[in-house]
Amino acid sequence: MNIHEYQARDLLSSAGVAVPRGAVAKTAEEAEAIARSLPCNSFVVKAQVHAGGRGKGHFQDGYKSGVHLVKTPHQVRDVAQHMIGNTLITHQTGPEGKPVHSVLVGESTEIARELYLAIVLDRSSGCPVIVASQQGGMEIEAVAEKNPEAILREVIHPGLGLQPYQARKVSIFLGFPSTGLRAPCRLLHAAYRLFIEKDCSQVEINPLAVTKGGDVVALDAKLNFDDNALFRHKEIQDLQDPSQEDPRDLAAAEHHLNYIGLEGNIGCMVNGAGLAMATLDLIQAAGGKPANFLDVGGGASEQMITAAFRLLQADSSVKAILVNIFGGILKCDLLAQGMISACRNNPPRVPIIVRLQGTNVEQGRKLLKESGLPLIPAEGLMEAAEKAVTAASGKKGK
Amino acid sequence: MSVLVDANTRLLVQGITGKSGSFHASACKEYGTQVVAGVTPARGGEKFENTVPIFDTVAEAVDATQANASMIFVPPEFAGDAILEAADAGIQLIVAITEGIPVMDMMRVRHALEEYSCVLIGPNCPGIITPGACKIGIMPGYIHRPGNIGVVSRSGTLTYEAVWQITSQGLGQSTCIGVGGDPIHGLTLQKAVEYLHADPDTHAIVMIGEIGGSEEEEAAEYIHARVKKPVVSFIAGATAPPGRRMGHAGAIISGGKGTAQAKIEALKKAGVRVAQTLGDIGQEVVAALRK
Repeated sequence: MNIHEYQARDLLSSAGVAVPRGAVAKTAEEAEAIARSLPCNSFVVKAQVHAGGRGKGHFQDGYKSGVHLVKTPHQVRDVAQHMIGNTLITHQTGPEGKPVHSVLVGESTEIARELYLAIVLDRSSGCPVIVASQQGGMEIEAVAEKNPEAILREVIHPGLGLQPYQARKVSIFLGFPSTGLRAPCRLLHAAYRLFIEKDCSQVEINPLAVTKGGDVVALDAKLNFDDNALFRHKEIQDLQDPSQEDPRDLAAAEHHLNYIGLEGNIGCMVNGAGLAMATLDLIQAAGGKPANFLDVGGGASEQMITAAFRLLQADSSVKAILVNIFGGILKCDLLAQGMISACRNNPPRVPIIVRLQGTNVEQGRKLLKESGLPLIPAEGLMEAAEKAVTAASGKKGK
Repeated sequence: MSVLVDANTRLLVQGITGKSGSFHASACKEYGTQVVAGVTPARGGEKFENTVPIFDTVAEAVDATQANASMIFVPPEFAGDAILEAADAGIQLIVAITEGIPVMDMMRVRHALEEYSCVLIGPNCPGIITPGACKIGIMPGYIHRPGNIGVVSRSGTLTYEAVWQITSQGLGQSTCIGVGGDPIHGLTLQKAVEYLHADPDTHAIVMIGEIGGSEEEEAAEYIHARVKKPVVSFIAGATAPPGRRMGHAGAIISGGKGTAQAKIEALKKAGVRVAQTLGDIGQEVVAALRK
């Protein structure tokens, strides 16, 4: 799960990580008022969307950049006026962009050095790992590629937690003098505590700034959370912002479907994540483009199948639907019943290709055949993908 | 011979009174697995299907029934605890089916398990089966057939596809292991390949991977250095968009790492036959055996 920058900033701040003074505004008036309350003579205004690359982005109406540096509260108001209610397009949002409903107004900080700090999960050791670099403000992947020795990876034992010597080691690597380790060490412990307490999958502070005054502050931060642990963090669930999500993803989440919207025109309904992924691969191997990833799960109910089917039918970009099921726990006859009842209430608008295999496959195929629905059966995997590609292109299949 | 489980395996089921737990305990029993006990706290003294005794704790169940393997269906919030309880009671093989365990819990569990000699399969996995002898998990039993192909996979339904293709070619399986789709789990692909390689009744190995992590690359290195048996592989997610979690918590390309292309390349370098598409696994196995 993703959250906004201002929310990440609040969480870091309450965990004990220093952040620049500022607050979030939902209107231009609020933005100006916040600026007037800040004791400084230069301000930064940042559009709040769930995407990176805001500085280099542009708005739907041509207004440039989602991050502005200005001198007066009046200019803050002017910038906020342009941003709020507008749509920001960056290299991460896709061409449709993301709506801006708020801006973060903060003091602009005089920076001496920009550093990089993150805590993520290291899969091979099964431990949290601190990733640190003196080359802040850049994407860490770019640093890793050009200059791998500029990055320190410090693995933390999950039972023991971050040890003081490790915090000192990271701080020294980040270029802090041995007489000035207290502030960075405190920040590291605070960030680690946040990572553990909130079940984060990532705490990334980039840049972590050393100000000309010698303070260590998180200038920008990105927090991600483990979806599996949200059940024990109602306070994090409440930070969700539906306006930043693909509406198709939201509808799917309501029915507990594992769905990811993609750019193509072949809708997919598959059971099992691995099979769903392999089905996307098959479609592309056959020369088509999938409209989505959809795993209805091993133990899907008839209602879930119906909901999944409705979701695909409602997506106007979908020109054909490929159903690929290997029945294990999910029996093929149950799947067939779900599809039939979905089609009864909502007659199919596009060709549907069905490939069934596994438990009760004969009963399932029979039910579909007797239903009189215009379904295109397929037995082989590649055959199914090819039929779907043909159908989506509008040509008549065999 | 087989790997990890056979007709002598004595299984207990943690969470046997729940909906999935009872359904699959029944299915395993029907398949022929010796289901000797169930565990659900506060339900001790009852019987499952009038035959299998239920205990409050794993330790009591082991004492009374000499169970040596456990299948876990406990809900995600309590599943980490259930794994530790099984390990502490001396269970040698723990198969965690539960999907959705918090990553932080699994981090701690994995480190705690270093103190024990047990093997953990999963979580978020279909389980393990030695066809005709013992099934521990949620896979449909009837698609399998006793034989000499060992199968290891990160995905449930992809394992079923591969198994079905092998069976349809007139071949069978020695043991099939699903290691699970979570980023932190017990048995790795490499360790599973090691077991299958050491088993004299396994003549060829099928390894099914997917995007995310580096277990396929690690297994490829091991195969290159040690494995003499033919190995066939398939990697799912060649066309998955980076940065999106593809259903499995562990199936994500992040920071350019964990792509299908890198895995396929590493496997090919190790002399593994990599099936081009999912439908080609069965034929690749036949071709590999002929060579």
